[in-house]
Amino acid sequence: MTPVLRVQNLSRSFAVSRAGSGRRELKAVDAVSFDVGEAETLGIVGESGCGKTTVARMILKLLPSSAGRIELGGRDITHLDEAAMRPLRRAMHAVFQDPLSSLNPRLKVRDIVAEPLRSQGTDRRAVGARVREMLEVVGLAAEAGERFPHAFSGGQRQRIAIARALAARPRFVVCDEATSALDVSVQAQILNLLADLQRRFGLSLLFISHNLGAIRHLSHRVAVMYLGRVVEIGPEADIFDRPAHPYTAALLAAVPQPVIDQPAAAPLAGEIPNAFDRPDGCHFHPRCPKAQARCRVEDPRLEARRDGHLVRCHFPQ
Amino acid sequence: MTVTPALLDIRDLSVAFRTEAGPREVLSKVSFTVGRGEILGIVGESGSGKSVTALAVMRLLGSAGTITGGSVGLDGADLVSLSEREMLEIRGRKIGMIFQEPMTSLNPLLTVGFQVAEVLRRHLGLAARAARERASALLDRVGIPAAAARYDDYPHQLSGGMRQRVVIAMAIACGPRLLIADEPTTALDVTIQAQILALIRELRDSEASVMLITHDMGVIARMADRVVVMYAGKVVECAPLADLFTAPLHPYTRLLLAAVPPVRAKAERLPVIPGTMPSPGAMPAGCRFHTRCPAALPACRERSPALEAVSPTRLSRCLRTPEFLAGSRGAAA
Repeated sequence: MTPVLRVQNLSRSFAVSRAGSGRRELKAVDAVSFDVGEAETLGIVGESGCGKTTVARMILKLLPSSAGRIELGGRDITHLDEAAMRPLRRAMHAVFQDPLSSLNPRLKVRDIVAEPLRSQGTDRRAVGARVREMLEVVGLAAEAGERFPHAFSGGQRQRIAIARALAARPRFVVCDEATSALDVSVQAQILNLLADLQRRFGLSLLFISHNLGAIRHLSHRVAVMYLGRVVEIGPEADIFDRPAHPYTAALLAAVPQPVIDQPAAAPLAGEIPNAFDRPDGCHFHPRCPKAQARCRVEDPRLEARRDGHLVRCHFPQ
Repeated sequence: MTVTPALLDIRDLSVAFRTEAGPREVLSKVSFTVGRGEILGIVGESGSGKSVTALAVMRLLGSAGTITGGSVGLDGADLVSLSEREMLEIRGRKIGMIFQEPMTSLNPLLTVGFQVAEVLRRHLGLAARAARERASALLDRVGIPAAAARYDDYPHQLSGGMRQRVVIAMAIACGPRLLIADEPTTALDVTIQAQILALIRELRDSEASVMLITHDMGVIARMADRVVVMYAGKVVECAPLADLFTAPLHPYTRLLLAAVPPVRAKAERLPVIPGTMPSPGAMPAGCRFHTRCPAALPACRERSPALEAVSPTRLSRCLRTPEFLAGSRGAAA
């Protein structure tokens, strides 16, 4: 079956002038490939600078890609311009971290939710009915439609953003740190809501977060990124219970868990390298507790370990 | 309980902010202590009053906020009654502060080494050269690699984790008795967070008591000796770490622990605390949590429960505490 989204060797480089070193190329995303299937959630996790948000922006066509291919429902959208994208916008929507900055403060909630419908030319009566339906779907009272975004709490604003994202019945939704600004009790509400909506509408989700707990909760499959590359991708249980890449293992060990018997793992040493100064060989080797001579010179490829579980490491666990 | 008197002893601390709609109480009679050599964790969500507590202790509430009652005892002195001039001495010298975003504590126009040295010159009266040497040693102490070489770097040349290390170097420069860390790792990546938490633990072992404020129950579990849980401007539960995690008493604490999506196992559905934290102008009558509490009784709408001791080391603010206690004893037996 054709995946809802297919990304192949997607790359993004920035040419940057730096004092003293002339123009240099910064590879923010380096040949990233993955699929998102029907009614599936793919989680992308990684720390700052790993390129996860750049991947999302390229897929949403908010940022041009430097190389590679993006297919939405089997159709190549890599080079479509804004006009050619417009009819396809209906199939793809997004929810971002800070709902206040993505909701127009001067529009009433009902007009915000109606935006994607109006841009598709839906007739007025149908728009009104859909807006009422979407507010109910995300758990807001019908009266909410008559108020402005500032009258709502952070969690309620995120519900408004979700109602807008789903209004045109997209098949595919990108959530970029959609729960990261929320308090834990509100985050739980939004995670449950996204899971419910996925089941109800058969949505495919690309769920990007630095929060490993949120990623595990929502994802069927997970991609772990480090310095612009996917270093491990596979089914959720494989990634979390049997991580093969030392970086994935270190990331999991570093998350403080709300339990008191957690083993005190030694923190991963060193900083996340600057994308200008990518280490030779495996990019992770300077911080890797298992690095050997080969890792310093030879760049590992992303290779299959077992069905659907790929890892970029010479010595996977 | 600590045998020696506590280092910090906060009693009935109340704070109000001036708003267009009149004064709003944001902290209501908060009491707790921080023992010597202890890491006290304060946990709560936005609007719980945890950060306001820290700012009130430092007397950094700004022009709109006022301490309306209570006392803050540090080593026997009441900080609430000190003059602004005396507080300047306390801040930096006796209390060190670490905030969430290191850039707000650092001057972008000055080198990081100069900023650490400045603290030493101002508070300890060190001469320029001695201050430089000591600042360089401090940068090394907080784990900045090649500290002497980074001395003349500006904040923007350092990563977020390294900047937070500089802020910590400034906070510990004068050997404070108490470190107040307000969400010190919230803006950092998880592998860097682990390093900074390890550093804060080390500092406690060697030099200071710590008041650690966080929204993250995971950070609490990894760091705290004792925990204060806050909700809507009040302390709702206070307990030693192990007790809080194995037998949380207050319904809010229980829900807060359960709402965190686990990394170790896949949860089918997360238990949810319905609704949101009430705002200072619209506090519900009775127990402030009753509007969201799955265990609320009709009485909870009218009666405001007191923070009561259930054992020499545990406190909880809930009308149903005796029932919950009996329940957990029954379950344990």
